[in-house]
Amino acid sequence: MKLYPIRGGIHPEYRKELTSKKTIVALPLPLALYIPLQQHIGAPAEVLVKAGDLVKKGQMIARSQGVVSSPQHATTSGRITAVTQVAAPHPSGLPQTTVVLEPDGKDEWADLPEPFADPFSADAHAIHERVAQSGIVGMGGAAFPSAVKLNLGTQKKLEILLLNGAECEPYLTCDDRVMREYPNEIIDGARIMAHALGTPRVIIAIEQNKPQAIEIMTKAASAFAEIKVIGVPVQYPMGSERHLVQAITGRETPARKLTADLGVVVHNVSTARAVHHAVRFGRPLVARVVTVSGRAIREPKNILTPIGARIADLVEFCGGFAQRPESVVNGGPMMGQPLASLDAPVVKGTSGILALTAEEINNRPTNSCIRCGSCVTICPCGLSPLDMAAYIRKDNLEGAAKLGVMDCFSCGSCSYVCPSHIPLVHYFNYAKGMLKDLENELRKNDRVKNLAEVRVIRIEKANEAKKTALAARKPAPATTAPPSNTGETKAAPPTPEEKADA
Amino acid sequence: MLVAVVSLTVMGIVLGGLLGVAARFLAVEENPLEEELKAMLPGSQCGQCGYVGCAQYAAALAKGEASVTLCSPGGKAVIEQLAKKLGVTADLSEHEEKGPEYAFIKEDMCIGCTRCIRECSTDAILGANKLMHTVIVDVCHGCGKCAKVCPTDAIIMIPVPVTLANWHWPKPEVEQEQNKPEVAPAH
Amino acid sequence: MNIATTSGPFTHGYNTVQKTMITVLLALAPATLFNFYLFGLPSILLFAVTVGSCLAIEAGCMALAGKPAKTALSDYSATLTGWLLAMSLPPWAPWWIGLLGALFAIALAKHAFGGLGQNVFNPAMVGRTAMLVSFPVVMTAWIMPHPLFSSGSPGLAEAIAITFGGHMPDTVSAASALGYIKTELSRGIPVTQSMAKVPDLMDMVLGYRAGSLGETSAIFILAGGLFLMSKRIISWHIPLSLMGSLFVMAALFHAVDPAHYASGIFHLMSGATFLGAFFIATDYVTSPVSKKGQIVFGIGCGLLTWLIRNFAGYPEGMAFAVLLMNGLTPIIDQYTRPRAFGRDSKGEPLPLGKP
Repeated sequence: MKLYPIRGGIHPEYRKELTSKKTIVALPLPLALYIPLQQHIGAPAEVLVKAGDLVKKGQMIARSQGVVSSPQHATTSGRITAVTQVAAPHPSGLPQTTVVLEPDGKDEWADLPEPFADPFSADAHAIHERVAQSGIVGMGGAAFPSAVKLNLGTQKKLEILLLNGAECEPYLTCDDRVMREYPNEIIDGARIMAHALGTPRVIIAIEQNKPQAIEIMTKAASAFAEIKVIGVPVQYPMGSERHLVQAITGRETPARKLTADLGVVVHNVSTARAVHHAVRFGRPLVARVVTVSGRAIREPKNILTPIGARIADLVEFCGGFAQRPESVVNGGPMMGQPLASLDAPVVKGTSGILALTAEEINNRPTNSCIRCGSCVTICPCGLSPLDMAAYIRKDNLEGAAKLGVMDCFSCGSCSYVCPSHIPLVHYFNYAKGMLKDLENELRKNDRVKNLAEVRVIRIEKANEAKKTALAARKPAPATTAPPSNTGETKAAPPTPEEKADA
Repeated sequence: MLVAVVSLTVMGIVLGGLLGVAARFLAVEENPLEEELKAMLPGSQCGQCGYVGCAQYAAALAKGEASVTLCSPGGKAVIEQLAKKLGVTADLSEHEEKGPEYAFIKEDMCIGCTRCIRECSTDAILGANKLMHTVIVDVCHGCGKCAKVCPTDAIIMIPVPVTLANWHWPKPEVEQEQNKPEVAPAH
Repeated sequence: MNIATTSGPFTHGYNTVQKTMITVLLALAPATLFNFYLFGLPSILLFAVTVGSCLAIEAGCMALAGKPAKTALSDYSATLTGWLLAMSLPPWAPWWIGLLGALFAIALAKHAFGGLGQNVFNPAMVGRTAMLVSFPVVMTAWIMPHPLFSSGSPGLAEAIAITFGGHMPDTVSAASALGYIKTELSRGIPVTQSMAKVPDLMDMVLGYRAGSLGETSAIFILAGGLFLMSKRIISWHIPLSLMGSLFVMAALFHAVDPAHYASGIFHLMSGATFLGAFFIATDYVTSPVSKKGQIVFGIGCGLLTWLIRNFAGYPEGMAFAVLLMNGLTPIIDQYTRPRAFGRDSKGEPLPLGKP
């Protein structure tokens, strides 16, 4: 099959050999599990349990709220000890509401939903429902609720289900290992998803630096004519959804559109496996494979981890630190986020935990930009990082926005190549946050203005009504309310129109 | 020589006349600037800028008498809009110190007098006579009018907290370090 | 473990400004050494003075700005500027040309604009042109090669007298090929005739000709340029478009009127064409960042060089052409930005539909 080139990109040192030969091993149950209510993009789940409750593995402990949301499940059997604020796996280290579960050691499954005997004759809607109820989110890192993406077939004509096994981030080998060890589960999950989406073709894209995975997956897929396994060039960021679609189909997803608008839906390979578990066995997403690597880790491993295990537990299981890490990163080294604390839990989107030494990170003091243009050449989005960063440095966020800073997806290629070690991506992350803040502020100001106007109109009306009432009763000397307390009559609930404004 | 003098004089007269005509026919009737500025302000008439209401502040801005950084409920977004409209650079340093705030009612001190409810221009306070009041944080824009009228000082203004939902990376610090020697005083 | 204060990425490439500069210096070394051999000790002295002055002035400017001089010197950008400036000077020019040129290059063209990365114009070329327009006689005092260890090569005492004493021996002066045909043309002698007196093609390629300290040897400069390309320091865009447009213009006019216009090959091999194409026009700071912009820039440099050589007062136009295009770089950059992913060239989202 013909592949199409993608723009720019880099070839970092992949360092996957640290864990690529390590078979997946299960983490022994830790003393406590910390299951955050929000592990996905969208609204946080609504908690269903309280301290003291006994739960079984796979029991729903928080239900989804709204369309873009996802439920959470107990990842083992045990007792809920608290629903409290715990540091999130996030660079800020800010807390979020988290269910604390003390395992009883039995690891007993709850009564699970009935498995689908024949998913391929099942209604697509029933499969969406099952995936949504199983709390499955994109496991490549973005953690977007998978059921929402599986529903796209109802709105759009879809051609291809593209399973993303590119795993273009250095160090990470969790998808590689899952593909090598559970190929049939992935293939089955992919077929179920294709059925639910109504796509006639399935393409599984794997970067060519994983020859064993390509071989094993090709063999597993050989029984199904509609599934094709493709080795894609090793080029970071090949695993970016839009770039992978371009490499496979040659088509560029327009800005502010989805790949689904081109008829292609992209899911991660591990997500397909989770769908297989949910549909064939009724098991919700309660565990995932996490690559724990980096030269500061004594024994790097691929670990099957119950959701909610503390990162410190994983590090300990890997023999602790061989040396003091410069940074501990949640995810891959290119797009991953630094962790503020090792007490944060593993969540559904955690693909890797990397303890990196200063030599591995190889950062240096920032120098002046010499306009070498490397960042422009390699930017896979066709942006001009040096100019955007120059604007942002002078707080000209509007200028940066005009140059497309909001189109940047922080792949990190520019910071990687910059000979002056300018923290380009950091500038863009800052600008994106500031621009979003400004947008929110403007939206709030609009709302405030509406509310203020509505209030003025209401007060005027009330005054007028009073005047007319006064005029009607003119003969009798009026002793009505003093004219000053115009506003208080409304006091309690806002009128429907005001609610709509809010 | 004469040709040059004459031709230049004629050109000057013609072009000057054209300009005069243009000024008369294309004149801007009124000053829409004030209206535009008013539309940018929150419109809650809180008076924190030191003017009676938003319209008065807008008028002062249009005349160039007021600084663009006075509207604290509007926040940075409004300051930047105003600055852009007026073509001035906003000095945000003053504003930075005081981030967005919202009103918080200490419920044990509230006597349910409803004065704050009457004062609130965005209907952000819920409650009734003799009952405790609460603030709908999403609608409160932090003007602080309610805090001023509260007879028991039960209302305090507190900064909007940083959460996972609104946190973002701060500006990278590298440049500041490099620049330090530059600002060292010469004497 | 550090508190999270910087966002990713958490791995970086091994390229640094310093490495880039050193690689360029390495690429310049063969041509420079060969020309040291051709022009003898005075050229080495001038080179040392020029580079030394650049370093001293750089350190002085940093001190004035209150910044540590050591970090600025350790990026080798001043060394490179000095080196290129020296290569563009007449080999037996007196010491003060090197010093003044360095002053213009580093203090005026670089630090007055804000230092490394901020300058609009190529510092070395500013230094060279400032010297050329201020001291035209000294700056066009070319000599024929007097290889080291040959009988004509000046000894140390003589070299010191040439560089520091200003005792230019009258006997050795020669015209550069470009200058020669220009003066002959002004005397009414057609190019076809004067071409017989310029060095033959082989000598031009090797560098056995009169010219600036480092510009004469096309072959060694080409080797350095190819080395830089193999190291991905420069790309083919500027050198090829510059030399291509210069060649095409020259060849076209030569075909039409050989009596007035020299051939394309002659224009390529003479003057500072190779040095300019590979080392001067490709300066990162003062050339466009996008590949499209670099081609526009290269073509502009080539055309202007040809125009200046044929129609302006100076026989050589590379430095002026590069400086003029430097001034246009910001505007070229603005109009040749790459197209963003998923958007058309105007920044609007692409239309859906076409497969």
